[in-house]
Amino acid sequence: MFDLIIIGGGPAGMTAAVYAARKKINTLMLAREIGGQVVWTGKVENYMGYQFIEGFELMEKFEQQLKQFPIDLRSGEEAVSVKKTAFGFEVGVRSGRVFQSRALIVATGKIPRRLNVPGEETLTGRGVSYCAVCDAPVFAEMDVAVVGGGNSALEAIDDLLKIASKVYSISEKGFTGDEVLIDRVKDNPKLVCFKSHQVTEIGGRERVESITFKNILNGEKTLASVSGIFVEIGLIPNSNLVKDLVKVNNLDEIVIDCRTATRLAGLFAAGDVTDTPEKQIIIAAGEGAKAALQAQRYLSRLTV
Amino acid sequence: MTEKVVKVYSTPNCPWCRRTKQFLENNNIKYQDMNVAEDKAARNEMIEVTHQLSVPAITIDGQIIIGFKENELKEKLGIK
Repeated sequence: MFDLIIIGGGPAGMTAAVYAARKKINTLMLAREIGGQVVWTGKVENYMGYQFIEGFELMEKFEQQLKQFPIDLRSGEEAVSVKKTAFGFEVGVRSGRVFQSRALIVATGKIPRRLNVPGEETLTGRGVSYCAVCDAPVFAEMDVAVVGGGNSALEAIDDLLKIASKVYSISEKGFTGDEVLIDRVKDNPKLVCFKSHQVTEIGGRERVESITFKNILNGEKTLASVSGIFVEIGLIPNSNLVKDLVKVNNLDEIVIDCRTATRLAGLFAAGDVTDTPEKQIIIAAGEGAKAALQAQRYLSRLTV
Repeated sequence: MTEKVVKVYSTPNCPWCRRTKQFLENNNIKYQDMNVAEDKAARNEMIEVTHQLSVPAITIDGQIIIGFKENELKEKLGIK
């Protein structure tokens, strides 16, 4: 049994872990991946102490600092369930193992919004991608689809137009991103746009073979043969894990007070998964620190 | 102990590919860097071997790891 489990490996989780370690709290840290969303950020110019640093590099520095301390860090271990027990909390990870603790900090950040259509889950990594920056080059000379119309979708389209044979753009509201990006892609003859359309199904056995989408105005369905589907429809708070235990707002963010406490005693939350206004690295890190210190206070009250 | 054959299928701008390679370098593990953005044969090999169209994909003596998973890498490479 641990005193504290921290779920999440972004700025909030890592800062919480450092604070917990310095307070000599027996801590387990579960992180699907170290660095969180910051890894995808390019230049960071507003994290104090660094005039300029790549997001990726900043997270490496966080990690190095974290590893100075005797933290039981399990990266690659994704928490899949959280239960309240008589003694505290029970956290299940994807590999099937279960860990227990007396207090819990949830710092799970945000994750890409899914389409929630048949075929999406089974074909993720097999043609369905949430990372155009990573995976776009794999689809050279293939037909692909990009779902969404915001800046990340437009950037994915722009990248893919350079290498793919044909790019389908499927969106409900058309292009809503920056004009500069729209201008860059809109007249490309390889681009086929379906505005006012919603994806209904992803087809394929071993790999993605097709995408089906529906016209939201008249219900007409279209099927296109594609090898890749890039889902770029924004991010959502990764709060599902504890949704039944805590209060969430209408955006699914975990509601916390100024002490990072949730509705449930012993369960604290920090960073982008919470309803704290403004999602910033420095805010997430600060809140992680707060959460660890509050968890320590909670733990010391338990032992009195 | 014979050295394991490690291949990293990657693309140049993918942060997790960079992390994976750095991790291997830090642990003095030799690997073949398969840049699937440039090398079409490497890409086809990746799809055939791993059935994946996402990077990084890592093979260690034929065992497949998808994504940067530090614990799994450590385990399969026998890194303490």
